[in-house]
Amino acid sequence: MSEIATSIPAGSSGAPQFHLSTEHHPENGTLLGFWLYLMSDCFIFACLFACYGVLGRSYAGGPTGAELFELPTVAVNTALLLLSSITYGFAILEMQRGRKTPVLAWLALTGVLGVSFVGIELTEFGHLIAEGAGPQRSAFLSSFFTLVGTHGLHVSFGIVWLLTLMVQVGRLGLTEANRRRLLCLSMFWHFLDVVWIGVFTFVYLMGVLP
Amino acid sequence: MSLQPDFLKLLLGRLTLEDIPYHEPILIGTFIGVSLGALGVLGALTWFRLWGPLWRDWITSIDHKKIGVMYIVLGLIMLLRGFGDAILMRLQQAISFGDAVGFLPPHHYDQLFSVHGVIMIFFVAMPFVTGLMNFVVPLQIGARDVAFPFLNNFSFWMTAGGAILVMISLFVGEFARTGWLAYPPLSGIAASPDVGVDYYIWSLQVAGVGTMLSGVNLIATIVKMRAPGMTMMKMPIFTWTALCTNALIVVAFPVLTAVLALLSMDRYLGTHFFTNDMGGNAMMYVNLIWVWGHPEVYILILPVFGVFSEVVATFCGKRLFGYASMVYATVVITILSYLVWLHHFFTMGSGASVNSFFGITTMVISIPTGAKVFNWLFTMYRGRIRFELPMLWTMGFMVTFVIGGMTGVLLAVPPADFVLHNSLFLIAHFHNVIIGGVVFGAMAGITYWFPKAFGYRLDPFWGRCSFWFWLVGFYFAFMPLYVLGLMGVTRRLSHFDDPSLQIWFQLAAVGAGLVALGIVSMIIQFVVSFLRRDALRDTTGDPWDGRTLEWSTSSPPPAYNFAFTPVVHENDAWTDMKRRGYVRPVEGFIPIHMPKNTAAGFVLAMLSTVCGFALVWQMWPLAALSFAALIAGTIFHTFNYNRDFHIPAADVDRVERARTQLLTSHV
Amino acid sequence: MACLRSDRSSTPKARFHSALLARLGLIGATLALAGCNTVLMHPSGDVALQQGQLIVVSTILMLLIIVPVIVLTFVFAWRYRQSNREADYQPDWDHSIQLELVIWAAPLLIIIALGAITWISTHTLDPYRPLQRLDANRSFSPSAKPLTIEVVALDWKWLFLYPDQGIAVVNDLAAPVDMPIEFRITAETVMNSFFIPALAGQIYAMPGMETQLHAVINHAGDYRGFSANYSGAGFSQMHFQFHGLSAGDFEQWVQSVKASGGSLDRTGYLALQKPSVSEPIHRYGAVEAGLYQAILNRCVAVGTPCMHDMMSMNPSTVTTGMRQDTAAPMAMAPDATVMPAPGTHPHRD
Repeated sequence: MSEIATSIPAGSSGAPQFHLSTEHHPENGTLLGFWLYLMSDCFIFACLFACYGVLGRSYAGGPTGAELFELPTVAVNTALLLLSSITYGFAILEMQRGRKTPVLAWLALTGVLGVSFVGIELTEFGHLIAEGAGPQRSAFLSSFFTLVGTHGLHVSFGIVWLLTLMVQVGRLGLTEANRRRLLCLSMFWHFLDVVWIGVFTFVYLMGVLP
Repeated sequence: MSLQPDFLKLLLGRLTLEDIPYHEPILIGTFIGVSLGALGVLGALTWFRLWGPLWRDWITSIDHKKIGVMYIVLGLIMLLRGFGDAILMRLQQAISFGDAVGFLPPHHYDQLFSVHGVIMIFFVAMPFVTGLMNFVVPLQIGARDVAFPFLNNFSFWMTAGGAILVMISLFVGEFARTGWLAYPPLSGIAASPDVGVDYYIWSLQVAGVGTMLSGVNLIATIVKMRAPGMTMMKMPIFTWTALCTNALIVVAFPVLTAVLALLSMDRYLGTHFFTNDMGGNAMMYVNLIWVWGHPEVYILILPVFGVFSEVVATFCGKRLFGYASMVYATVVITILSYLVWLHHFFTMGSGASVNSFFGITTMVISIPTGAKVFNWLFTMYRGRIRFELPMLWTMGFMVTFVIGGMTGVLLAVPPADFVLHNSLFLIAHFHNVIIGGVVFGAMAGITYWFPKAFGYRLDPFWGRCSFWFWLVGFYFAFMPLYVLGLMGVTRRLSHFDDPSLQIWFQLAAVGAGLVALGIVSMIIQFVVSFLRRDALRDTTGDPWDGRTLEWSTSSPPPAYNFAFTPVVHENDAWTDMKRRGYVRPVEGFIPIHMPKNTAAGFVLAMLSTVCGFALVWQMWPLAALSFAALIAGTIFHTFNYNRDFHIPAADVDRVERARTQLLTSHV
Repeated sequence: MACLRSDRSSTPKARFHSALLARLGLIGATLALAGCNTVLMHPSGDVALQQGQLIVVSTILMLLIIVPVIVLTFVFAWRYRQSNREADYQPDWDHSIQLELVIWAAPLLIIIALGAITWISTHTLDPYRPLQRLDANRSFSPSAKPLTIEVVALDWKWLFLYPDQGIAVVNDLAAPVDMPIEFRITAETVMNSFFIPALAGQIYAMPGMETQLHAVINHAGDYRGFSANYSGAGFSQMHFQFHGLSAGDFEQWVQSVKASGGSLDRTGYLALQKPSVSEPIHRYGAVEAGLYQAILNRCVAVGTPCMHDMMSMNPSTVTTGMRQDTAAPMAMAPDATVMPAPGTHPHRD
């Protein structure tokens, strides 16, 4: 709040000053706003986790997690996603050094990892559906597909955003606005990582337990 | 070239000519009335050459003041629709006894009570409070606009889009017949295969996104954009309630989004979240929808608590009693509102300990609420009270709301709730708190800030008529419902066998008629005030001897709100300024940095609405296209970096000079 | 109308008095009238009686706060009106520790009292709790056997089964006076709520789940029962008569149902559960064994898997150690949800 102390000139008569005579620049609220949005997104995931918690053992005589989940694939997917968070982190570091081309390179790598993640997940879903374990089979599968699928949808939107930002950074460089956008996407991307940790713990790891 | 029937089916989904209700005289009549009204409005716009200004100054405006006004206009229009539904229901219930079946078969009546609730909560009450917060908060904190002006515009048009979808359901297809919360299994695809529940889902999803983003917007605004010197504990109390309300929005609306998405998946994709079979659990829906639903009603009431705080302090010429206490009470209410949701379904069979816990938390909320009422009372104490319109509405609130609060605490005792749940007693209770609280508060807020928004006061005579008709009408309409509830009558019935009940319903219908007169008086009030605006003109910008910063601006304020950002030293900053000899600066103006208007919000929101409509009717190509256009449009919008401009100092100078002249000529 | 006079002759004083009187009058009339002829205040079953008493007690406790608030509102509005120059005007008085203490403490005390009442009464009047008393003067031994009635909410009618008597009735219900009843309630399609105001509180009827209600009727008579949760087009007609009968009359009623000859089997049930409005009373002298369990587990149609079978099929199913109600061992399948949904199971305390 140093702005107040330095920018409130006392009136000449000692009466308090009631207005600023210079332009007032309020702090930019974009990062806070995005964080608030992200927390609301967290609540959506919380609801989906809660649903999974309630319905996750309602197999309706159908297949269970133990029968369906292929943990090695999940491990690979997890590694890809976590790695993509690391590569995004490097992109931010380069952004802070003001180096556009390395930023774009790390972003591209992040994108590739993200696309691989989504691709593997879609393949997994395809297999499950082909085996008759689609979301319509039971409440367990409905909540599984929705929770994991919503996460995958978020990653997909993140990839679209990433591509858009790459174009924008490529064209306009690391402007103030673009830096804010990169930071927002950074929050988004790491958030999805955290959610994924929740997913593979509660859904996959605990799901294969009896 | 004639279109193949298959291709037509692909384009139109399940929409057929039968979905237009030709054979329903009430709907045809409504359609004719609405069309004539719409033609009148469109004709007037054309005749007075207002299309340009409408687009430039309102539809594409990112000015929080304009957006606030548009929210309230939306709320008032939807109030007419929602109230029309209420009148029809009251009439039906007053005459449908024994062999008389009334004029509304269950198929129609059941849509009425569902859409009445949806409209009143989502498209009347929410727009009212959102509109007030949008208009007032930036002015109260000394800011030029909200933190994300484009998002603000987008939020408004999303809310409007949701309202449009609900209105379309009247003439194309039908609405849900499930009640305003659409519990499954009744709202599932098996029991409700028609489009009604889908209209419900998509209109709420569209509007919900708007509200959600509005929540983010206002929190960021209040946290980041307060004038220098305005610490949290020097914020006006309305701003505090706005902050808590928007925190509730950010925390509650995602749950609505999630649960409606799950319901739509059950309906569209055959999943089993809430079905009876294959492992689904309908009780999960009830829990989730009320996890949203209870904070929702606090989202409605907290802003009007803020309105009353401002109004009482202003019209008693006195500082609000117990400011810190009011702030703590507001925060406590905010937190507790998230811990009470189960009281909406004590009868769903939870154990006694679970029921008791939630019953007790519900009662605990009445403690800070009661503290607020006492604080308003003690603001009046040793004040000097002027009974202008806003104060009248506040008095009506103070008596009416506490009765509703009392019956609420009564319902919070689970065994009592077992005999009162879903009865007309419950209906009376929530209308008691919503009308006595939210509606009266919205009226207080509108009459209080109307001069600020439009530069002239509202006509007091027609305002008083409106107030008394509303007040007396409310009591006639809802006190009988308490009695009926105690007589064991349940809600949502369209026919009765016991003739001894009829007198109470007839009384209630009279009450509804009185409220109708109240609404008519309100409309007349707006018209008369406009015609008499010169006599009612507010030249100083401070018609009520206000206490907070918005009253330091002209009425209406200039686009930039403040020529110079105010500096705050005390609570009730404007009163402080007036007392300490504040002199308005008349020179030395600087260029002012402002956001640009944009059509993006309107376009994206209308695309969302089209997408919602397409999803309702399963017009997959249109849905896919509009969704793709939405994504593309959003991406396109992000390529626009040129979103602001500077108002030249000369323009500011001109506006301020005009105000100086106005002030000096009316001294 | 006051508004018509507002510009002219009516003084503020007259307006306030008329407003106060009108308001209090309407409220008072409502309260007074509410006392007469309202089934909630004059029920015929002990559980409903206690619930009605709770309503009165809670209301009185809260009026201790509400009445002073309303009176003070009018008093302050009147006394501190702008035209009354004799009243003290202290524009900066906005704080008083003592007053704040009273403002927070008074409602707190009321709520503590009400909270205690809530905790106790919620446990005493828990619908799942077997009755301990017939009325205020007579207790009931928990080991004595109550009358069991199974309830199924259909579209849009009620099916009542008497497992001990081997009969079933649609849209008509009877029980002996002063004999505790144990209702076991489910539904076929959508959520309903089983409610006989004169007898006891309501409880939801939900498909695939069983809820319970314990109640006793203390006076002979005919009482209205209905669904208290909107369930579709025939909802307004979804009511029935509940007859409180003397022991002898109840025996006669059971015999008359048996003599009616009808028999309810799975096929008959499948036809019955099809949607219909204003269904007339049907009486069934014989009921297929296990029909209610089949309805509860959603396997009436031959060939449909029963819910409890489906759940016990999975080797990974874990029973959660919930207290199983011994009176109805198959009442709810050991559903291995991680977080048991409320109402699915006999609740835990």
